[in-house]
Amino acid sequence: MTAITKSFGGVPALSEASLEVMPAEIMALVGQNGAGKSTMIKIINGAYVHDSGTIAFNGAPWTAGSPQQAQRAGISTIFQEINLIGYRSVAENIFLGREPKRSFGLLDWTRMNTQAAALLARFDVNVDVRAPLDRFSTAIQQMVAIARAVSFDARLVIMDEPTSSLDEAEVSVLLRTIQQLKSEGVAVIFVSHKLDELYKVCDRVTIMRDGRTVAVSAMKDISKLQLVASMLGRDLAEVKKKGATAFEGGGSKIGGELLTAEHVSIGHRVHDASLDIRRGEIVGLAGLLGSGRTETARAIFAADRKTSGSIRFDGQTAEYNGPADAIAAGMGYCSEDRKTQGIVPGMSVAENLTLALMPALTRSGMLDEARQREVVERFIKEIGIKCSGPNQKIRELSGGNQQKVLLARWLCMNPKLLILDEPTRGIDVGAKAEIQNLIRRLANEGLGVLMISSELEEIVEGANRVFVLREGRTVAQLDHENITEGDVMHAMAHGHNG
Amino acid sequence: MGSFRISPSMAVVAVLIILTLLGAWRYDGFLGTYNVQTVLRYNSMFALVALGMCFVIMTGGIDLSVGSVAALSSVVAAHLSHYGLFPGLMGGLCAGLLAGTLNALIITRLKILPFIATLATMLAASGTALLLANNQSVSVSYETYFTNLGQGDLLSFMRPEWVDADDAGILGGVIGFILSFPTPAFIALAAYIAGAIVINHTAFGRHVLAVGGGTEASRLMGLPVDRTIFLVYVISGGMAGMAGVILASQFGAGQPIEGIGWELFAIASVVVGGTLLTGGNGSIGGTLAGALLLGIIFTILNFENGMGWISLSAYWQSVVRGLFLFVVVVLQAKLSRSAQAA
Repeated sequence: MTAITKSFGGVPALSEASLEVMPAEIMALVGQNGAGKSTMIKIINGAYVHDSGTIAFNGAPWTAGSPQQAQRAGISTIFQEINLIGYRSVAENIFLGREPKRSFGLLDWTRMNTQAAALLARFDVNVDVRAPLDRFSTAIQQMVAIARAVSFDARLVIMDEPTSSLDEAEVSVLLRTIQQLKSEGVAVIFVSHKLDELYKVCDRVTIMRDGRTVAVSAMKDISKLQLVASMLGRDLAEVKKKGATAFEGGGSKIGGELLTAEHVSIGHRVHDASLDIRRGEIVGLAGLLGSGRTETARAIFAADRKTSGSIRFDGQTAEYNGPADAIAAGMGYCSEDRKTQGIVPGMSVAENLTLALMPALTRSGMLDEARQREVVERFIKEIGIKCSGPNQKIRELSGGNQQKVLLARWLCMNPKLLILDEPTRGIDVGAKAEIQNLIRRLANEGLGVLMISSELEEIVEGANRVFVLREGRTVAQLDHENITEGDVMHAMAHGHNG
Repeated sequence: MGSFRISPSMAVVAVLIILTLLGAWRYDGFLGTYNVQTVLRYNSMFALVALGMCFVIMTGGIDLSVGSVAALSSVVAAHLSHYGLFPGLMGGLCAGLLAGTLNALIITRLKILPFIATLATMLAASGTALLLANNQSVSVSYETYFTNLGQGDLLSFMRPEWVDADDAGILGGVIGFILSFPTPAFIALAAYIAGAIVINHTAFGRHVLAVGGGTEASRLMGLPVDRTIFLVYVISGGMAGMAGVILASQFGAGQPIEGIGWELFAIASVVVGGTLLTGGNGSIGGTLAGALLLGIIFTILNFENGMGWISLSAYWQSVVRGLFLFVVVVLQAKLSRSAQAA
């Protein structure tokens, strides 16, 4: 496909992006969030229609009207979230929609089950095909999805982050399956953020950024560092320059230990994450997508349970039952998903700002609305929230102002530690700088901040120290003097300090 | 922004006013003391149940058990009415609160979907009511003033004679109206005022809406999500209990088989009143208007039958009520979409 453009409501998601896959080739497709990978995939499989550009499949011009048509033509997509039906049997899931039949339209169960078993055996999967699908591990379910794709005589299989919830053994089985597909002449588009996997199985890589295809290369001709650099849009020569200069003087006010997390693991996602934060310090948490940044933050905040490891906060062991305990201890958390995990869209600015504070604003059962207004107006002024008034619905505000309300929600509770997951994602440049300066000001006043960001610039310029996660492990800790974009990228790419 | 905006619950108020004017114009005695009293007296039970349902739906839940819990409460209240007004009242109320607590426990502790949990409670409460009533209605005591709860008019004792004189005028009419306000309607009105205060002016009330508007967001900001959900089911049970007490008192007997379909009536009132079934947004006043609207449609159909031109069977009445609901809900959806777009 060449020069594909696709816009949503005037916002371009893809601009003249292109992608080319040969038969029996495994093509890696990489890029940050919002780079346009998903849109690209959905155009190939017929979920979206592109605005302009041309697509050719098997040498002929091609437009998929719907995912069903694409599937019939030989393009199958396997999503990160498995879209099969867990309650139905393995065999049914493979043949749903094209069940083998006997006379009178009755199902031929015997044929269905033997064919299903034969298909799976090609990938060395031997399971009871009559058992419900959800009895098996995610890896097996993924194999079933692949078997379903193959049973459609797929010529092109697209896999969108298939390995993100698999453990290492399962991943190697999956990678073998992909190579099996290749040997049968099937082309594969493989989306993943785990660099090692890509280097293991892929022939070539297509790198996307901001809706464009920025590089195509044979896997063996591109170093991990080059790959990361072009994903993030950084010039390798330029990244050697030091960061953290913008905030000289910030470091002088750093106090004693605030939070220490050691050897934290959470299911398959995080294996050994360690980090520590001091008072008045901004600690950056960097890593590619899927490296376990958000999971680690949520475990610290007790939004999810950690499987093992220890966390100390403010001089005490932090064994919390839920976010309410973490908040009581002095933490605040702004989620990366502002819309569903941050704001309550139908409520006003004032209410969104004070929801967590309400118990403290209550006098003999009744909300003290005068004090509520006082708090709200103070924060609207102090951090410059642009709204028509405290009663405006929060969903009418811009992303930047919504984020400020969420920051104020925690600030009015006087927290000791603020965890910010992608605090400036989807926020325009002006508001972004305001929020970054606000975070710095708060740290100077003694607040500890853990900042997750996919933008290297933000991490390098904003943080006093940076921890880098790679595939669920802390692989590097970079101190104030040493933080450069190059160092952070090196750790993301190779798993150790350059 | 900041300009006047039509809220969805205004649709129901508008239809309510139009229907009232229509009734007053078309039928003699539609706004007469007797008819108003009857409508208010009878519908206050439904209004109470709808209020409890409104709290539940604001959190994004549902309570299917209200009808049979009301029936159970009416039986308990009837039995206990022989020991006095207070034991009857408290007995019925407590039966409702207990059933609500059971719902709350199943939903918050066992993490069972509200639909299923309250369906189970609905069946269990219905069976318990029949057991306690020995499969027939249980007559209440007429010596303990228990029947005044449902049949009396709270302020009638202070009614001066001049109000009923022919030359009493508008003032006399207004005072007369207030003084002839039935006791159950006072109870319902008090409950609605309390409910509106709780939703709008307490932390709990705002948490109800926050939990319904974004459960995960609420959890992440440390709100007591489970406690909030727990309490709304207890409130709903309590309201159903109170409705049961009034039922027993008004009909002079505990009614183990009454209450069938009340939950649907309550849900309809809430939804027609502009509260989102998905939770997070709603209006106590709208729910009251919704309950009154359903009551008035019912009354109008009765009057229409009484005029003798057409005769609608109970079945046709249901069909007409269904159509009305449909019209209001469509109107409301249009209003809320245009409000979103603004």
